[in-house]
Amino acid sequence: MALVGPSGAGKTSLLRAIAGLVRPAAGRIVLDGETWFDASARVWRPPEERRVGLVFQEYALFPHMSVRANVAFGGEGRVDELLERFRISALARARPDELSGGERQRVALARALARDPAVLLLDEPLAALDAHTRSAVRAELHELLRELGLPTLVVTHDYEDAAALADEVGVLVDGELRQLAPPGELVARPADAFVASFTGANLLRGTARRDDGLTLVRLESGDEIYSADELEGPVGVVVYPWEIVVGPAPDGGSALNAIRAEVRSVTRVGSRVRVQLGPLTAELTQASVERLDLVPGRVAVASFKATATRLVSL
Amino acid sequence: MLPVLAIFVHVPPGRLLAQLSNPVVHDALVVTVRTSVVAQALILLLGTPLAYFLATRRFRGRALLITLVELPIVLPPAVAGIGLLVAFGRFGLLGRHFGVWSLVSFNWLAVTFAVLLVAGPFYVRSAISAFEAVDRDLVAAARTLGARPLRTFFRVSLPLARSGLAAGEAVALARGIGEFGATIMFAGSLQGRTQTLSLAVYAEFDRNFDVALAISAVLVLLSVAILLALKVSALWQPSRQSSPSLFARFGSS
Repeated sequence: MALVGPSGAGKTSLLRAIAGLVRPAAGRIVLDGETWFDASARVWRPPEERRVGLVFQEYALFPHMSVRANVAFGGEGRVDELLERFRISALARARPDELSGGERQRVALARALARDPAVLLLDEPLAALDAHTRSAVRAELHELLRELGLPTLVVTHDYEDAAALADEVGVLVDGELRQLAPPGELVARPADAFVASFTGANLLRGTARRDDGLTLVRLESGDEIYSADELEGPVGVVVYPWEIVVGPAPDGGSALNAIRAEVRSVTRVGSRVRVQLGPLTAELTQASVERLDLVPGRVAVASFKATATRLVSL
Repeated sequence: MLPVLAIFVHVPPGRLLAQLSNPVVHDALVVTVRTSVVAQALILLLGTPLAYFLATRRFRGRALLITLVELPIVLPPAVAGIGLLVAFGRFGLLGRHFGVWSLVSFNWLAVTFAVLLVAGPFYVRSAISAFEAVDRDLVAAARTLGARPLRTFFRVSLPLARSGLAAGEAVALARGIGEFGATIMFAGSLQGRTQTLSLAVYAEFDRNFDVALAISAVLVLLSVAILLALKVSALWQPSRQSSPSLFARFGSS
């Protein structure tokens, strides 16, 4: 499971509370019938008596110990097996400051697992990595978590990381869980505007009224948009960047909605190109961008189907 | 530099060396070594846990307690000596009772007390900063990995604070050897009993100036040795250390 939310949402505090590093004012922490913390019953277990494997954001490797000693600190029993498994046997005698970001993460994971935890807690596991190791490490980590089969809680500020790593994603804002669902579900049915924008969607504000079996939303910009969702009053229209078709004129097909706007920016993200078109962000291939000659300042039309929109009340 | 050099060139080296066989020098050296060893051991043993406590706990009155610990650093040593006298002296607050005075009256223990009071705070102040500089996440990580607080202290906090502790101890040691005001007030300057090297310099100053010079030369060499030891230990970085800390084994259970 992953928890996503903006910084200050309380993600790290939550992990630290589970690990026993901070004491919450209220609530209960129970694992497998074992109560670790219960504010009303005054139950408190110190961190060393909770079987958690906490991987810190900056990994918190002991700088004065070798890789092997770091792993052995968590437990002597399976050190060789873990060094082998994480492909760090060759680094056993190295110091943490001699390692790359990805290697440090593997040491931190091995150390946490040496403790034989009942739950694995990962605090922003990919944040300390640079962009090009990141996607490789993400895939590796996903594979590892699946193999381990341990209950795992990942916190991250990046929705894509959460969706890639976890079966269920919770969106946490200001210490409050807004929605908890499989990643696909979050995209398909965001509970509110925040969840929608956090999952990478465009959010257009406007006022909705029913119109001939569909909902017509009059946007703040004056444009009108049809949605298949039924809602009235002040709403947010949610459209995902990959649902938007960009062309020189409104799409001739089944797309009911068209917004004409100026291209504001064109940014390459991995194998895709994100085009900022007025209030909307669309995702295109590089080939399409070149064919349409999309450069900042050019006017183009963004089309999308009424069924590609989701309405959330504001 | 000039005053330090002058000590060595004022009289011919041979004459300086000859003064070292003077019993005053020998006695002062014995008193200094004995009191320094005991006082510094106590400073390390009591000061380290105190500093760790003050660095890692947040409680009411913490700032006040730290200020009290720091007070002797800014206090004139003579005032510290007067304070010791009225606390533990023959007619002092504690000295009147429990035979405290007879225990410390003009003997090496009194010197040790004075050094403890005057030099100790230099170590504790530096140790507080050293422990505060240890990344709190590392301490937290040790705990989540199953280490109790004591093991965490010996395996993580202490090794990581080591160079800061060493620097503090070097300053405390130098300050203790040079201690003059509090010692002469509280312990007096009795040859073979309470007369340290620093006190002997003053005592011999108008009896035999050459002896005072010879002792001064010894103190210069001692100071240089302490400073060099500190520099060398700073070069020997803790993160490059290949064997675990001396204290590490006490923590692993």
